[in-house]
Amino acid sequence: MHRLRILSLTTAAAALAVMAAACGGDDDDGGSITVYSGRSEALVAPIIEDFTEETGIKVNVKYAGTDAAAALLLEEGSKSPADVFFSQDGGALGAVREAGLLATLPGSITGLVPEQYRASDGSWVGISGRSRVVVYNPGLINASDLPASYKDLTSAKWKGKVGWAPANASFQAFITAVRKVDGEDAAKVWLEAMAKNDAKTYANNNAIVSAVASGEISLGVVNHYYLWGLIKDQGEINAKNHYLAAGDPGALVNVAGAAVLKSAPNKSGAEKFVEYLLQKHAQEFFAQETFEYPLANGIATDPRIKPLAELKPPAIDLSDLDDLAGTLALLRSTGVLK
Amino acid sequence: MNWAALRPARKAPAALWLPGLLAVALTFIPVFYLALRSTEDGWSPWSRAFHTSVPQLLQRSLWLAAVVALLCVAVAVPAAWLTTRADIPARRVWSVLLTVPLAIPSYITALAVVAFLGPKGMLQGWLEPLGVDRLPEVYGFWGAAFTLTCAGYPYVYLVVRAALASADTAEEEASRSLGVSPLRTFFAITLPGLVPALAAGILLSVLYTLSDFGAVSLLNYSTFTRDIFIEYQSSFDRTGAAVLGAILGLVTLLILTSELGVRSWLARGRKRRQAAVRLVPLGRWGVLALAFLSIAVSLALVLPVGVLVYWLVNGLRANADFPALAPAVRHSVEMALAGAAITVALAFPVAILSARYGGLLARAAEQAAYVTHALPGLVVALALVFFGIRYATGLYQTVWMLLLAYVILFVPNALSALRGTLVRQPANLEDAAASLGKGPLMAIATVTAPLARPGLAAAFALVFLTIMKELPATLILSPPGYQTLPGLVWSRSTDALYAGAALPALALIAVAAIPVGLLAWKGDIGALES
Repeated sequence: MHRLRILSLTTAAAALAVMAAACGGDDDDGGSITVYSGRSEALVAPIIEDFTEETGIKVNVKYAGTDAAAALLLEEGSKSPADVFFSQDGGALGAVREAGLLATLPGSITGLVPEQYRASDGSWVGISGRSRVVVYNPGLINASDLPASYKDLTSAKWKGKVGWAPANASFQAFITAVRKVDGEDAAKVWLEAMAKNDAKTYANNNAIVSAVASGEISLGVVNHYYLWGLIKDQGEINAKNHYLAAGDPGALVNVAGAAVLKSAPNKSGAEKFVEYLLQKHAQEFFAQETFEYPLANGIATDPRIKPLAELKPPAIDLSDLDDLAGTLALLRSTGVLK
Repeated sequence: MNWAALRPARKAPAALWLPGLLAVALTFIPVFYLALRSTEDGWSPWSRAFHTSVPQLLQRSLWLAAVVALLCVAVAVPAAWLTTRADIPARRVWSVLLTVPLAIPSYITALAVVAFLGPKGMLQGWLEPLGVDRLPEVYGFWGAAFTLTCAGYPYVYLVVRAALASADTAEEEASRSLGVSPLRTFFAITLPGLVPALAAGILLSVLYTLSDFGAVSLLNYSTFTRDIFIEYQSSFDRTGAAVLGAILGLVTLLILTSELGVRSWLARGRKRRQAAVRLVPLGRWGVLALAFLSIAVSLALVLPVGVLVYWLVNGLRANADFPALAPAVRHSVEMALAGAAITVALAFPVAILSARYGGLLARAAEQAAYVTHALPGLVVALALVFFGIRYATGLYQTVWMLLLAYVILFVPNALSALRGTLVRQPANLEDAAASLGKGPLMAIATVTAPLARPGLAAAFALVFLTIMKELPATLILSPPGYQTLPGLVWSRSTDALYAGAALPALALIAVAAIPVGLLAWKGDIGALES
């Protein structure tokens, strides 16, 4: 019986602690906002602390994957307690916009960002940019042999040597760009040729960069900043980024962005937060910590990285990349996603 | 006297069927949600699903579940027999080491498997001087099966070990004293008595495989659960995901029905052991036995923990950023304690109902609980979002909602631990208590509960560590700003900050392992040496 008693005592204590945690509310004078963040805590928390210190607005953050956060917002609908959605990619913002859940941002905020990196209706704004690149192992490949277009990756010389992550959102955005620029049929032909060329499937971009660095594969299609993140974590590694030719869908520049919910309980606080993300301090932080491209206020990229002004992405309206259902269907029908 | 004839006449007291009813009602939340979401666009998503992905997914998911269950049994049964019946040295230590991998989430095992066994992983690095240029592909079916076996076999081990530890050994000893070899004794006497426990263990392992996301996604093997996630992630298609979820639920129902068949075939209660066990001397087979146990422990425990320690040490050397642990540890422990207590409190009456009274409600409660258990945590979480934001606004985005999700997800874990114990308990002790004028509830309190104590403790430990590991529902339902250990591991590892992920991962494993490790340690004292 002794053990049971200890068990029930601990349990009662835990239940009390939980109750106390559940009931304790805290409302400061500066008000508070709730942010659903698809970006991870390591990349967001320091900026949020600074924001609270500067404005007195308390921020409650819910960290979840961008997909889970978007699914949550869609399920909550107009009753969502969220004020801001900070998304890892444009597709999720598009899906939440489609459901009519996003408020229109004031021109003073959208005006901070170049036109191609925000929603045409002002429902969301890009915070930082990321370019699609080919990451390669310089020990295995001569720079002169590198492909100029994504189409070259189906060449026989790359058989079994290319890594990709078909389940990954940024890869799917790239395929959507291929469909928009080169058409459905070209996308289908390319996917089938890649599968036939024995492209190696990985769970995500990090796994691809690691596999390239270890020599498991020679090259892979990823976003540019994973390489720099890995270098920061592990020191110099055996991998480099290669940018594809001007206008190639494989040179797509996508964004991580933020939006204010139509149902936001604290809309002015939410707008202040989005604006803060575009100010110098936050933009510098993203450039240094995430190696992405700052999109506002003329902040420079990390000097080791090819600057944003020199990138030549395909001319695509990022809002047009929201047909992910079509891309998913294509990936399934070609057997690339199985 | 014909006891069987009396059984159907017994009516369950309200204290048993009310919780049963509650358990059914709770599991209806995700079922109702799936029914609603999967039919909101008519039947076309269903026919599309059946014409494209479903047949293949079905085949792939079931094949993986079957192979993993088989491998789990192949590891767990010999391990359980060796640690309860054989004269191996340090039996209790082995018990603990074999049980503790339960505390390692499949996504951590998968990360470690890829890092260690990948074509250019750490192992290849060690073998490089021997001329090994690359190892065979770890991704795909066998990588996923291997990872899920490492992460899932302890579920089977625990159930089988509990059954062996409390089973009557008189027949085994009689058999051996008549000169029958230990091996034949095992197959003729011991194994048949293990069937209910094996069935429960296999069921848990199958449900574990069907609902797993971490291992299959990191090792690139497509199953229902992985596809449901992809559906949400890529197209935010709630209908398509709900259709797949509903099909997964129906498949689980079919599996459950067949499990019930096995169970009713062997519903007889077994006597509890009275005397101490005489251990089987292994002699020269002892070395082989130790080798077997060492391999199992190395793969399931040393490999993942070793990789984590390696990352941690590397990070310490490189001055990496480490997250603050204290709040996450506190939240995770609070949730796991409270969630386990509530879950076991709800499961105990349901288990008694099912083991002693039978009937429609008991069966419905049990089956409904298992169906939701096979659903991905994401689906159960979204069902609670749907329900909470409409009908329980006060609870929404509080820890209560999260606790509710844990109860719905993990009642089956508690049920399986409790049912096994109860079925092996002689019901006529309660009947005797009742015939002495005690009411059925008094009989339960004074006879059933004390005898079921090992089962209660096991259920608590099992649910505690499962909650500690749970990721998708925890991310979606925890209140904003509420950090948990799995949340930290997830956020750091998705950023490829492996050193930062290793610290909370090791903390998670250490905390989750405490109750179950204690149990494995004490289990030997209580069951074998008393």
